Amino acid sequence: MNRLSRGAEAVMPPPGRRSRAGVEATLLVGGGIVAAITVLALVSLVWTPYDVGEINATERLATSSARHWLGTDKFGRDVVSLLMVGSRTTLLVGLVSVGVAAVIGVPLGILAAMVPKWWGEVLMRANDLLLAFPALLLAIMLTAVHGQGVVTAMIAIGISSIPSFARVVRSGAIGVMKTEYVVAARAAGRRPIAIALRHVLPNVGSLVIVQASVSFAIAVLAEAALSYLGLGAPPGTPSWGRMLQEGQELLFVAPRLEVFPGVAIALAVLGFNLLGDGLRDHFDPRLEDRR
Amino acid sequence: MTDVAISVRDVVRDYRRPRTSLTKPGSVVHALRGVSFDVARGQRFGIVGESGCGKSTLLRIIAGLDQPTSGSVQVGGVEISRLPERRLRFLRAQLQLVFQDPMGSLDPRMRVRDIIAEPLVAQGHRDNISRVHELLDAVGLQPEAADRFPHQFSGGQRQRISIARALAPDPRILVADEPVSALDVSVRAQVLNLLDELVQRLSLTLVFVSHDLSVVRHVCDTVAVMSRGEIVEMGPIGDVYDTPAHPYSRQLVAAAPRLQAALAGRTAAVLAAETLAARALSSNASSRNAVSRNAADSDPKPTPPTPEQTTPPPKDAP
Repeated sequence: MNRLSRGAEAVMPPPGRRSRAGVEATLLVGGGIVAAITVLALVSLVWTPYDVGEINATERLATSSARHWLGTDKFGRDVVSLLMVGSRTTLLVGLVSVGVAAVIGVPLGILAAMVPKWWGEVLMRANDLLLAFPALLLAIMLTAVHGQGVVTAMIAIGISSIPSFARVVRSGAIGVMKTEYVVAARAAGRRPIAIALRHVLPNVGSLVIVQASVSFAIAVLAEAALSYLGLGAPPGTPSWGRMLQEGQELLFVAPRLEVFPGVAIALAVLGFNLLGDGLRDHFDPRLEDRR
Repeated sequence: MTDVAISVRDVVRDYRRPRTSLTKPGSVVHALRGVSFDVARGQRFGIVGESGCGKSTLLRIIAGLDQPTSGSVQVGGVEISRLPERRLRFLRAQLQLVFQDPMGSLDPRMRVRDIIAEPLVAQGHRDNISRVHELLDAVGLQPEAADRFPHQFSGGQRQRISIARALAPDPRILVADEPVSALDVSVRAQVLNLLDELVQRLSLTLVFVSHDLSVVRHVCDTVAVMSRGEIVEMGPIGDVYDTPAHPYSRQLVAAAPRLQAALAGRTAAVLAAETLAARALSSNASSRNAVSRNAADSDPKPTPPTPEQTTPPPKDAP
């Protein structure tokens, strides 16, 4: 950093309450939880303690033991194995729905920032309309049309996450469009498409990553809710939301069947939220000089 | 009139403020109120004025980045004020800009090589690396600079990169918007000298905007003084600097920090005394200005400059 910009930082208000060390800790914890879930899901592809499709009537509702660390459910299926396979559904739904939302929402946000102001407003009001539409209602509608399934849930969650991407990206892109390097690109004769791809997109990239992380947390929760209501994963597809639903009738007999998937969902949401928070602070230019 | 590079006629630019009431439209700000001047080919034309006087708006209009509300702008004999941006490609090859903020005008996520090559790529050239090295050399940077990012350079170096980018398409006209205002005084002279030398070597037409008269004096031969959206005085730089006719010009001359003096190694104490003297002078000037402003209430036109100090553009130009 040269002398000039250091002078500029000196007059800026001191960076927020959180120190660089606090940000690192948030990133580490959030990233750690997310990494742990990812590893569990990957391991479940090749190995689980027990086959989750196997129904074992002799070991129904077993409590924690050396054989079944977290016990078994009402069909005698191993809870650890169910949680591991369920994390696959959680991650898949999160990835695809965030992907759908980003692929549509990011170009929409950039477009809304680059077209004349009036058109941008029209786009954003349409966006608000989608934002006001409850995700659950959308999921019920899609289920009614296309039937219950993980794909339906992913698309419903994805569509309802579009507005938040469009909003965040638009506000960032408006800032980028005002910078002198974009004016310089126009003066150099760059076409709008090239400006969008080469200047705007790379400079809103950090916003997109943060939003993806936050949206992922929301998607995890939404998938659990939809599966719980029977609008997501069909019977036979292990999912944390389904585990909650199946354990519900035994709430007073075996409360642990609710507690374990509940804790898993809470941990996953916490992990992605912390990761998003950490990344946002990590990209905060006011903390940049201490990186 | 082939030797006229830029011709500006009665350019008016109004901005509408965002509305503050549902029933009434927003108020209108007159950024430019009928500006006219000619820049001859090879001329070094300075525009001075305080911030908010409309000089940056004027530059944006000349560069085809903004449209005037009314009036005409010709660059190289072609009317540009009514053309949509996609039809300004000839202008992009002829006229290039150097910006004020050496950090903000370079994309932080692009390598210097791509930044400098941008006007070339936009105009359809491929394999620009040798041209980039040539340009880096012309502005006094090492060829290794091509692979680095803007934040790895000092303010003065970044401004050199900005100048290299502007020169890339081999323009005939260079427009500089306060190119040294954000730089340390010690670096200013270097960048000014570089601009001076490049304009000379490549026989460019220069339009140079600054709030600082002494900086303009360093590189320009002609100067226009702007105040509140109008040109109040125009003429050879020496005349305007030594015997300013308009009260506003006098105020500017009096308030200008003395770059030459600072470079000549005057001590801080001497400079401080001079600044105090200048301040006293400028407060005199502003009280005079207040009087003349009252007088001007009956006559909306500013004090007409003396004939030998202005080069009034012909009203009936073709």
